[in-house]
Amino acid sequence: MELSNSLGLVLPELILSLSGLIMLLFAAWGGDRLSSAISIACCVALGAAFALVAPSVCAGASGPDTIAFFGQFRADAYAGMAKLMIYAASGAALIVAPRYFDRLGEMRAEYPVLVLFAALGMSIMVSASDLLTLYIGLELNSLSAYVLASFLRTNEKSAEAGLKYFVLGALASGILLFGMSLTYGFTGGTSFAAIQAAAAAGEMSTGMLFGLIFVLAGLAFKISAVPFHMWTPDVYEGAPTPVTAFFASAPKVAAVALLGRVAVEAFGSQADAWRQVVIFAALASIVVGALGAIGQQNLKRLLAYSSINNVGFLLIGLAAATQAGLAAMLVYLAIYVVMTVGSFAALLLLRDAEGNQLETFADIAGLSTTRPALAWCLLLIMFSLAGIPPLMGFWGKLVVFWAAVEADLLALAVLGMAASVIGAFYYLKFVKVMFFDEAADRVTGEADKANWVLLAICAVLISPIGYLLTGWLVSIANTAAGSLPLAG
Amino acid sequence: MGGFPILSAMLLVPLVGAIACLFSEAKTARVIALIATLVDLALGIVLWMNFDVGGAQWQFTERASLFAGFDYALGIDGIALMLIMLSVFLMPVCIGASWDSITKRVGEYMSAFLLMEVLMIGVFAAQDILLFYIFFEAGLIPMYLIIGIWGGDNRIYASYKFFLYTLLGSVVMLIAMLWMVIEAGTSSVPALMVYDFPPEAQTWLWLAFFASFAVKMPMWPVHTWLPDAHVQAPTAGSVILAGVLLKLGGYGMIRFSLPMFPEASAQFMWLVLGLSMVAVVVTSLIALVQRDMKKLIAYSSVAHMGIVTAGLFAFNTQGLEGAMVMMLSHGLVSGALFLCVGVIYDRLHTREISRYGGIAINMPAYAAVFLFFTMASIGLPGTSGFVAEFLSLAGVYQISSWAAFVCTTGIILGAAYMLYLYRRVAFGPQVNADAAAMPDLSMREYLLLVPIALAALWMGVYPESFLAPMRQDIAVLDARLSRAAPESDAHFVMGEGTPAQEAHAEGEAH
Repeated sequence: MELSNSLGLVLPELILSLSGLIMLLFAAWGGDRLSSAISIACCVALGAAFALVAPSVCAGASGPDTIAFFGQFRADAYAGMAKLMIYAASGAALIVAPRYFDRLGEMRAEYPVLVLFAALGMSIMVSASDLLTLYIGLELNSLSAYVLASFLRTNEKSAEAGLKYFVLGALASGILLFGMSLTYGFTGGTSFAAIQAAAAAGEMSTGMLFGLIFVLAGLAFKISAVPFHMWTPDVYEGAPTPVTAFFASAPKVAAVALLGRVAVEAFGSQADAWRQVVIFAALASIVVGALGAIGQQNLKRLLAYSSINNVGFLLIGLAAATQAGLAAMLVYLAIYVVMTVGSFAALLLLRDAEGNQLETFADIAGLSTTRPALAWCLLLIMFSLAGIPPLMGFWGKLVVFWAAVEADLLALAVLGMAASVIGAFYYLKFVKVMFFDEAADRVTGEADKANWVLLAICAVLISPIGYLLTGWLVSIANTAAGSLPLAG
Repeated sequence: MGGFPILSAMLLVPLVGAIACLFSEAKTARVIALIATLVDLALGIVLWMNFDVGGAQWQFTERASLFAGFDYALGIDGIALMLIMLSVFLMPVCIGASWDSITKRVGEYMSAFLLMEVLMIGVFAAQDILLFYIFFEAGLIPMYLIIGIWGGDNRIYASYKFFLYTLLGSVVMLIAMLWMVIEAGTSSVPALMVYDFPPEAQTWLWLAFFASFAVKMPMWPVHTWLPDAHVQAPTAGSVILAGVLLKLGGYGMIRFSLPMFPEASAQFMWLVLGLSMVAVVVTSLIALVQRDMKKLIAYSSVAHMGIVTAGLFAFNTQGLEGAMVMMLSHGLVSGALFLCVGVIYDRLHTREISRYGGIAINMPAYAAVFLFFTMASIGLPGTSGFVAEFLSLAGVYQISSWAAFVCTTGIILGAAYMLYLYRRVAFGPQVNADAAAMPDLSMREYLLLVPIALAALWMGVYPESFLAPMRQDIAVLDARLSRAAPESDAHFVMGEGTPAQEAHAEGEAH
């Protein structure tokens, strides 16, 4: 009985892994001819998993019914909401890719399969309720990601990105494993429940504190929070743009959600121990992300710093360590994913007449006169990322700071908000280049329909119209955050 | 009006117009924008006609729980009504002022202005503190575009400075708002206006709000963005900036700072009075030496706003009423002065005062109109400026004779720089041939300037029309402030003497 229950709970992951394996066989025998068919099939698999997860999120699944495999895996609403975002973002990464790779003659059947496996890994990550499950999910995702980063084998930059990502990622995994082993050694268990029980029993021992810090450091690498952010600009710039879009969205969701779960479910009773770490990482990410972006000329690098900046705001929600804080974090994540997918969809539309991808500021000068629709969409996204009302990005910041103020973290809220003004500077530069500068008229390439549809959807969602969805989004995020066992 | 949601309609009309303009070409966009703003003006007049003077404090209220965390709540009192009227009155003028002078990207330009109108009306009508913040901050986006795309040579610097300055000012206010919403358990502005925050918290909240409103106002020494923004913005942009956007700071103080934090307001009264005094004197002196017409008027705006802040923090009815009339009057007069500058700028494409001279000879009608607004700015009796300055200074005098004394020098200095400007532009020998060849006002320019002149005259001759709707709200505010009102430095002693002396003492006390 137990087994069949458990299998039922991991059904979305089963679908993903089985279809991934089948697609892999197809790819091996059929070759790259089948790549578009495989892309579609992978999208369908992601869609099926999405449809399977959605009801549990709406119902707010929580409690012992959601535990599978003797506490290794939890399919609660919190995991569910993160999974929805992961599947949607992965689907978007599949949709924007073919056109990009086709032009380079590099569209291979492995791409959708790798994305699918990465999504599977992330799906396991957010459901992990044991350090080992966590590690399996994380590595499955990371290994797929390393390959994806160097997907353009003949391109030096892409290869460099893959190598950098791999070396630093391996280091982070090592740190994480080290932290896990310390935690295990000082608590006597690997399951989050066991760690929680040991941590709640009394004072936190120094060894356990070290374990906690190393685990946090390993995860901070995955979400590219300062001071573990150094790889991000290089990898984002070097990786093929659809892959960058993928990196900036889905794995961020997974790692942030996982971080939230580890912090609350395993170390929830010792919130004071990790809160200061999270607060430091949050403020440092906001400031470094903002300052680092100012000098950038490459748009992908700029968006990399922008993602570091955004992670800072996400961590402010986590630092609150309350249900409202976690809900705010999930809301911010959802808005962040939409903004990221939108900005990369727009970036992919920047092509010259030969179809070459354009990615510097000089290329988009005066875009508003030559491509007004694209420029206005980018304007919406940039102001939204800067957190200027009435766009959705503002609302994400609002809920996060709301939670922080409610948790009496006033100083953090004030500093974070003031630092967001630094970030506004380079988002403004984006708008300035597109709207105020003389037209360079380099973006002359044909537009891709799929990208346009994605961009249009994202633009509508982050425009003030999106506010009509806030009631619904907040209630889902609240039930999702409520499904986590919050200590105290 | 029954249940007709007139405030929502006033938001919707320009919004629809803005979207339509974005997709239409130059000629259609101009017509759409004009129609949209005129319809909004008509709606505004209907609003005023239906406003029940002396009735409920909040009228035309609408409330819908559309969003999570805050409500879509609108409603106005007399103060908001007057400022909404100012906005809808100036908007068609702005569209008219840009009719010929804007030739590139007209659709987007008109769209930005209509969006601006939506947001300004939204700010004044919002009854939810977070909704207010959204409208308040969102105004940065269209104004940034207006300055940056259609501005002068140094427009990019000015647009950045405008945006970042005002954004930095207001972000901390958001945190303060969140704290208040959590503390009071409601985000409704009327509820917060009667909520008593603990005095020690008020200090911090007041400072957070002040940071934002002082920048918007702008008060000395955070006024430096204004001359840049004014000089670089296109004429209509300056009009809307001086006419309405500067009023957001004053409105914020009268709606938030004073009623929500009376104790803190009293505590910081001297800070505000001190900064106001400095603003009045220093910026007037700066205005005196300007060579650029727009810059001169921009500095004069800072000086006039100094009188507004002094009046607001006088803690009495005259001061508050005077500050409100000053905001309305300055909105009309400085807007009109920027239009006057725009008229000759369109002809000669320079704002250098020395490039003009003696244009009263070839442009007599223009000189007359310009003279009227110059006088209104100085505060000549019969114009709106007189009512405004007299009331505010009478209010300030009750709380501090010294502050009143220093602020009154502003009137003298104001007369100096405005008359000096007028003399250099309109009188004197016609040294510049091209300036001497400029044609007089066109029909379109008459249509823009004359209504404003009539309104300023109306406000000067019969201010009761404008004071009546606000009287009750100001009385409520005054009553709320009375518990914290600082003591006056003038200690009047009721005389025993003859009836004539008694009357004299009375006159001094009021």
